Amino acid sequence: MFRWIVVRDLTLAWKSRVDVLSTLFFFLIVVSLFPLGIGPETNLLRLIAPGVVWVAALLASMLSLGRLFANDYQDGTLEQLLLTPQPLYLVVLGKVLALWLVSGVPLALMSPVLGIQFGLSGNTLFVLVVSLLLGTPVLALIGSIGAALTLGLRGGGLLLSILVLPLYIPVLIFGSGAVDASITGMGLQGSLSLLGAVLVLSLVFAPWATSAALRISLE
Amino acid sequence: MNWYKYASPTNFYPLAGKMIPWFAIPSAILFVLGLYVGFFVAPTDFQQGDAYRIIFIHVPSAWMGMFLYLLMAFYAAIGWAFNARLSSMMASAISITGAMFTALSLVTGSLWGKPTWGTYWVWDARLTSTLILLFLYIGFISLQASIDDRSRADRAGAVLAIVGVINVPIIYFSVQWWNTLHQGASIRLLGKPTIAPPMMAAMLIILAACWLYSIAVVLVRLRQIIVEREQTAAWAAEARA
Amino acid sequence: MLEATSLGCVRGDRRLFTNVNFALGPGSLLQVQGPNGSGKTSLLRMICGLLAPAEGEIRWQAANIHSLGEEYFTSLAYIGHRNGLKEELTPIENLRVASGLTGTQLSHDEATIVLGKVGLAGREHLPARILSEGQRRRTALARLLICKAPLWVLDEVLTSLDSSAVRFVTSLIREHTNKGGITVVATHHEFDLPADSYQRLDLA
Repeated sequence: MFRWIVVRDLTLAWKSRVDVLSTLFFFLIVVSLFPLGIGPETNLLRLIAPGVVWVAALLASMLSLGRLFANDYQDGTLEQLLLTPQPLYLVVLGKVLALWLVSGVPLALMSPVLGIQFGLSGNTLFVLVVSLLLGTPVLALIGSIGAALTLGLRGGGLLLSILVLPLYIPVLIFGSGAVDASITGMGLQGSLSLLGAVLVLSLVFAPWATSAALRISLE
Repeated sequence: MNWYKYASPTNFYPLAGKMIPWFAIPSAILFVLGLYVGFFVAPTDFQQGDAYRIIFIHVPSAWMGMFLYLLMAFYAAIGWAFNARLSSMMASAISITGAMFTALSLVTGSLWGKPTWGTYWVWDARLTSTLILLFLYIGFISLQASIDDRSRADRAGAVLAIVGVINVPIIYFSVQWWNTLHQGASIRLLGKPTIAPPMMAAMLIILAACWLYSIAVVLVRLRQIIVEREQTAAWAAEARA
Repeated sequence: MLEATSLGCVRGDRRLFTNVNFALGPGSLLQVQGPNGSGKTSLLRMICGLLAPAEGEIRWQAANIHSLGEEYFTSLAYIGHRNGLKEELTPIENLRVASGLTGTQLSHDEATIVLGKVGLAGREHLPARILSEGQRRRTALARLLICKAPLWVLDEVLTSLDSSAVRFVTSLIREHTNKGGITVVATHHEFDLPADSYQRLDLA
C-alpha cells in the first residue's frame, strides 16, 4: 500500500512535470542571480557559494511544498487517503518520499553545475551533492508539517514560508557548514553527521506531526 | 473549593478580573524597586561604564521570552490533548506577551551592543537564536490569526508550538555551533567580571516584576479572548455591554 | 452494527444538531435528510471518523470508532461531496490507485470491466478532467463495486446523475443492503426497501 502512494504521487508529478521543472528552474535562476548582484570576483563567489546554493535550495523546497497536499485537498482525494486502512504516518511518509524524489534529488544532482559557476572544486562539488541529498529530505519532512497546517487557508503560501523557514535554519547551518568546511579544508564529518542526525530525528517526528496536522485541517 | 469549576471560561472570567490587580500592583512596585536598585545602587562597571545597566531590562526580558514560549507550548498542548478550551485560550494570550518580551530583548540587546561592541547588531549566538525565537512566535501568531475556526486554530497552533519546542534546542545548538565555526563576536555577554550582589538583586527583582506583569497582562488578554469567543453566550454579551 | 448515541455537532459558533441516536444492524439503510446547512455532511464525516463529535460517540461492532483507528477503515467506503478523483488520471488509473490504496490489487482488465458496468465503456482511457460531471460521479461510484466494505457512507451521491444512473445506484444500494451491508446515505431520494431495514433521520 505504501508503494501505491509513492507510485501515485510520482505518476501525478509526471503528468504535471512542468510544475516540477519550474521548481528546478527557480533554483537555477535564484543561484545565478547572486553573481550578477555581487560581481564576478571568483574568490568572493567561492566564499559565498555554500550559503547561496543552500538558501536557494531552501526556497525551492519550500515552493515545492504547495504540491504536497493542496491539490489532493481540493479534489477530495486527501479525505480518501485519510480513510485508507493504514497508519496515516505511512501515507505522509510515502507522499514526502515521492516529493523528495521529484524535487530534492534532481535539485541535489543539478547543484554541481551551479557550483562550477561559483568556482568550486571537484571535491567540494561532491560534498555539496552529499549535503543536499542528506538535507533536502529534512526540508521536505519539516515542510510537510507546515503544508498540512496551512491547508485551505487564505494566504497559505506566504504563511507557509513564515512557519517553515525558521524551522529550516539548523539544516541550512549544517548543510552549508559542511560545504564551507570542505572549501577551507576543515573536517566536514561533524556537519554531515549532524545533518544525518537531524534527518533521523525528523523521520521519526515530522510524519507524526504532519498526520496530526492533517486530521486537524480536514475536520 | 472546587478548582475544576474555574476550568470553564465562563467561571474563570470573573475570577480573572479579581486576580488582575493582585499581580499588576506588585509588578509595578517591583519594577520601580528593581530599576532603583539597578540604576542607583548597583555600582558602575569598570569596563563598560553605565551603559551596561540596560542589561537589567535586557536579561530578564530575554529569559521571559524563552520561558513564555515553553509555557505557551505547554498550555497549547494541554488544551489540545484534553480539549480544554481555557488552556488553548491561555496559549493564545501568552503568545503576544512572549513575542513582546523577545522583541524587547532584541531592541535592548542592540542598544547595549552599540556602546559595547560599537555596532547595533552582531551575529552573536544569543542574539541570533533570540531572533529565531521571535520568528517562531510570529509563526504561531500568524497561523492562529489566519484560521477562522477557533477550534482548528487552537489545535493547529498546538502542533506548531510543540514542533517549535522540539526545534528550539536544535536551533540553539546549531546557532552556537555556527557561531564558533565562524569565530564571530567573541565578547561574552556576562563574561568574567563577576556580578556584584546589587546587580544580581536588581536583575532578579525585575525578573519577578516581569513575571507578575506577564500574568496580569495575560489575564487581561484572556478575558478579551473569552468575551470574543463566547459571543453566543448571554453572559458574555452583558460583560461587553 | 453501527451505533450512535447522543451525538452532537458544533461547527464554529453554531450548534448544528444534538442528541442524534441510531442503531443500524446488518442489512439496513439510514437515510439522512434535512435542509442545507443542517449538518448532513458533518454527520456523515463523523461516521467516517474524519470529524470528532462534540458530544456522544459512534461505535462500530461495539467499539468506539476512534479506538479502532485504521482497522475501522477496512470496513468503510466513503463517497463525499467531492468525487475524490485525480483530474489528471484516467478512470482506470483512478480506480486502480483507489483499490491499491485499500490493499487490493486490481488489474487493468478488471478495472475496465467494472467501469463498463457503471456505463463508462469507451471513456476509461480519457483523463477525468475532460469527462462530464455525471461521468466523474460514475467513476467515483465504481469504487463501491470493487470494495468489500460492509459499511457505505454516501453523501449526496445521486446529484448530477441522469435517471438511468440513479436507477443503477439505487439498485446497487439495494443489493448491498440485501447482502447484509449497512448504508448511510444523505439524499432526498426515496428507496424501495422493506420498512424494517429502512430508517430515516431528519436533521431539521
